[in-house]
Amino acid sequence: MLRQVEGSKAVADAVAACKPEVICAYPISPQTHIVEGLSQLVKAGSLPHCEFINVESEFAAMSVAIGASATGARTYTATASQGLLFMVEAMYNASGLGLPIVMTVANRAIGGPINIWNDHSDSMSQRDSGWLQLYAENNQEAADLHIQAYRIAEEMSIPVMVCMDGFILTHAYEQVDIPTTEEVSEFLPPFKPRQVLDPMDPVSIGAMVGPESFTEVKFLAHQRMIDSIAKIEEVAEDFERQFGRKTGGLLRSYRTEGAETIVLALGSVIGTLKDVVDELDLDGYSIGLVGLTSFRPFPFDAVRTALQGAKRVIILEKAFSTGTGGIVAHDVAHAIEGLGLDDLTLIAGLGGRPITIASLRRYLIDAMDGQVERLTFLDLETETVDRELVKERALQ
Amino acid sequence: MFQVRIHGRGGQGVVTAAELLAVAVFDEKRHAQAFPSFGSERTGAPVVAYCRISDHEIRAREPIMEPDALIIQDSSLIKQIDVFSGLKPGGFVIINSNESADDLLLTTKILVPHTTTILPATELAMIHLGRPVPNAVLLGAFSALTGVVSLQAVTNAITEKFKPKIAAGNVAAATAAYEYVMNQVAAHA
Repeated sequence: MLRQVEGSKAVADAVAACKPEVICAYPISPQTHIVEGLSQLVKAGSLPHCEFINVESEFAAMSVAIGASATGARTYTATASQGLLFMVEAMYNASGLGLPIVMTVANRAIGGPINIWNDHSDSMSQRDSGWLQLYAENNQEAADLHIQAYRIAEEMSIPVMVCMDGFILTHAYEQVDIPTTEEVSEFLPPFKPRQVLDPMDPVSIGAMVGPESFTEVKFLAHQRMIDSIAKIEEVAEDFERQFGRKTGGLLRSYRTEGAETIVLALGSVIGTLKDVVDELDLDGYSIGLVGLTSFRPFPFDAVRTALQGAKRVIILEKAFSTGTGGIVAHDVAHAIEGLGLDDLTLIAGLGGRPITIASLRRYLIDAMDGQVERLTFLDLETETVDRELVKERALQ
Repeated sequence: MFQVRIHGRGGQGVVTAAELLAVAVFDEKRHAQAFPSFGSERTGAPVVAYCRISDHEIRAREPIMEPDALIIQDSSLIKQIDVFSGLKPGGFVIINSNESADDLLLTTKILVPHTTTILPATELAMIHLGRPVPNAVLLGAFSALTGVVSLQAVTNAITEKFKPKIAAGNVAAATAAYEYVMNQVAAHA
């Protein structure tokens, strides 16, 4: 049903429609409203076969999720920022054991300095954790991605992280069509675990693997991640057939046909960029947009195809690797090898700094005129940082 | 696109006001996007929330810097921060206050042509609701002054959001505010 709801509520209802059997989470802004919404549904008896487990930390939340998933329960958790970092040790076990947990990351910056606002530093730090990472453009996609995530996770035996911009999406009220439990049940069959911890039929999972097999285990995990590229597309197509809308998948192109410049971005900034691209098109600029949904696995072929024919790609990222630059840009550069495209990186929206249409316009026009550095920080207060650099270097 | 910025203080239901407005617009089969300015939600601290209204899908997610309308839930903010920043020429201003435009120094603060209404929204809330929460009340005034959303849609949104008793009080207060502003407008005409 189409409703005007907060993003967090839309996600809570979409997760509930997937009939999870165990939900465990520890509150942290901006994820809290999602788990609050789910806890209310459990308490009200709307999820009769679901156990909501209160835990004392994010580390415990992930550990309980692992235990629950290993017994064959459809399992959900959510976190953000330092909460995600506190889960990390256990996260690698979830992926290593092939447990199809679905987790929302309400994207938030990582401190210090402490900052509660949105960027992608948290989920990007888990690039190599073996979890799939799907990024939502708006709250409709955030809700839909959770439903698709369970299909992908359970069919591939890989955990999936659904990333939605903290506050910008989690706290925004917009219209979202949330499928009913019955509709979701037609799309998402009951979870059939590949291996189950059962006291009546005891087995051990997660045993030590020595040098003789560890490489093979890791190779298979890599292959499963690559195979999930096709699965993500297939599930998105199935979803579109049943629900009549295109959400999820690997990436979506917007006005890229014949475009000289293409901006590639993830998450909620795609909406703002669509408005900017429309404006610049009216002004006579040749510019398009690629919204990347799947960051892990990274769809190298799809990205290459989407960018082929352009002269320049600008990767807009809400996170970066200190001392190196763009994180997504690194993968894009690999995807476009030999195509002769210039690649520029724009770091924007760190720690919740608003990404405005005016600033994007200014930067993009300069970039198309060849007037920007390969790596740019949007709206950087250059006077301030130059002054600080002088002081710092004097002390080095 | 019609853009609304709501200023108030933590505890006055600033974010709820933006939500109610968005739900009212949705009831009229149009698009709305409401969102808070994050991080400052402490009791008494200045809080800002936004609502975009359009006949089409709303994609941009930047804060609203050039509002078509401003709702000021607490007039003490006028002397503390530039609540009128970016107001579009011809824009609407709805202020909760017992003071006059002169007392509030509006002529020196608002530098573009605009339409203003000042109403005692907290008093109306006390009369009809018994609580000093002016957020839903001011939406009645917003409906009357701008005509952007109907009073019926606003009261529907209030009824959807709150439990019956609180909803009834807010509906009565919002309706009173609507009539108050309509009478003001008629007196000026």
